[in-house]
Amino acid sequence: MEENHVARHCGLLLIGGSAGSLEVLFKLLPRLKADLPFPVVLVLHRRNSGDSSLTELLGSKTLNKTVEVEDKDPIVPGCIYLAPADYHLLIENDHTFSLDYSEKINFSRPSIDVTFESAADVFGAATTGIILSGANEDGTNGLVSIKRAGGRTVAQQPDTAQMPFMPQHAITAGTVDYTLDIAGLAGFINGLE
Amino acid sequence: MIDDENIDLLLTDLFDLYGYDFTSYSRASLKRRIERLCLLDKFPSFAELRYRVKNDPDYLKRFVEEITVNVTEMFRDPSFYKALREDILPVLGTKPFIRIWHAGCSTGEEVFSMAILLKEAGLLRKSLLYATDLNPTVLEKVRKGIFPLSQMKQYSESYIASGGSRDFSGYYTANYGQAKFDRELAEKIIISTHNLVSDSSFNEFDLILCRNVLIYFDKELQDRVLKLFDASLAPLSYLALGTKETLKFSVVQNKFKQLNREKIWKKIM
Repeated sequence: MEENHVARHCGLLLIGGSAGSLEVLFKLLPRLKADLPFPVVLVLHRRNSGDSSLTELLGSKTLNKTVEVEDKDPIVPGCIYLAPADYHLLIENDHTFSLDYSEKINFSRPSIDVTFESAADVFGAATTGIILSGANEDGTNGLVSIKRAGGRTVAQQPDTAQMPFMPQHAITAGTVDYTLDIAGLAGFINGLE
Repeated sequence: MIDDENIDLLLTDLFDLYGYDFTSYSRASLKRRIERLCLLDKFPSFAELRYRVKNDPDYLKRFVEEITVNVTEMFRDPSFYKALREDILPVLGTKPFIRIWHAGCSTGEEVFSMAILLKEAGLLRKSLLYATDLNPTVLEKVRKGIFPLSQMKQYSESYIASGGSRDFSGYYTANYGQAKFDRELAEKIIISTHNLVSDSSFNEFDLILCRNVLIYFDKELQDRVLKLFDASLAPLSYLALGTKETLKFSVVQNKFKQLNREKIWKKIM
């Protein structure tokens, strides 16, 4: 069972985070290898500040190209995509992004659930979803969709999270395959193919 | 999850029976809206939703209203409005008459924001704002010019951030939890249904605003709509899109020049 999980192809890695997740990314991103063989999508709850300095800040922590998504951008391996503030981020069948300014979900826009569900629909079993620190229920339903599609689901180990509620919520719902601390997450991601 | 074949069947019904063409809408978003409506209206299965849409023209109205996104606000992205104030309106002000088209205006919050800018620039008298949407229900709200009072605090903050220096509450009358905007603003707004998918150009404009509408269209439909805008713009006029939308890689990109970091382009040929 375990070996099957590891051997499965990863077509898309999704990371969802809320309060306390930036600190995790600041530690995690530098540990990731260059030229990741899959695209990475970050869905973070943040203030709608309208500036894109977060992209630059995150980009300075990694060897992989980091961009904030614009409408209809193609999804390319080796690139880290940040969901723009105040839009939901969706994934189309032709592996492009589309944006959506509809109602907030779980008090959030972007909502982690929205992106994870949409990704699971397109990438199916090749989807991997990770939930980091946060004080919100967002992400659990998204992991459910990924798991149902046959993909991999991961939560940050709650006692290593500044806000354990969000990963714990996902774990309690029984949707999580692996629970990992930051070093564990780095090893896990670098091992995905 | 509803599968793509079922969505295709529903979209074919909508086109054959009512002439609404949603086939070129961004599929991921459309699918989510349809699934959401199934839950909201408690359809036991997708087949029931499809049956209702086919056989109940009254329900069609609700369907169109719910699967299109009608979330909007006043002075959204204040820096965009600041650029309009400082860079665009002074140029438009040199013209004898100003025609502005808000394409896909939804409930009209952006149209009223624009009318306020024009009034403050002393240009409202010689301006006309065309507000169009495919959805008649939302246009009723534009006509009334009434928005929830609970939003006014945030709108007022955005107004100030956009460079507004007057008392924002002077633009509306508060009553029973509603804010009714001044007649003077509403009088300059011409309201009409217009479907960007199927309707053609109807006038020539000095500025077209279409913000966060193209995100719901696929690339091919985006190009078609951009050509429609191009055909509706006078030389040296302006086109404004949402903050994450672009003319880059579109069919009209060589005919327009982006002005600054805001998503405003000038038609150069």
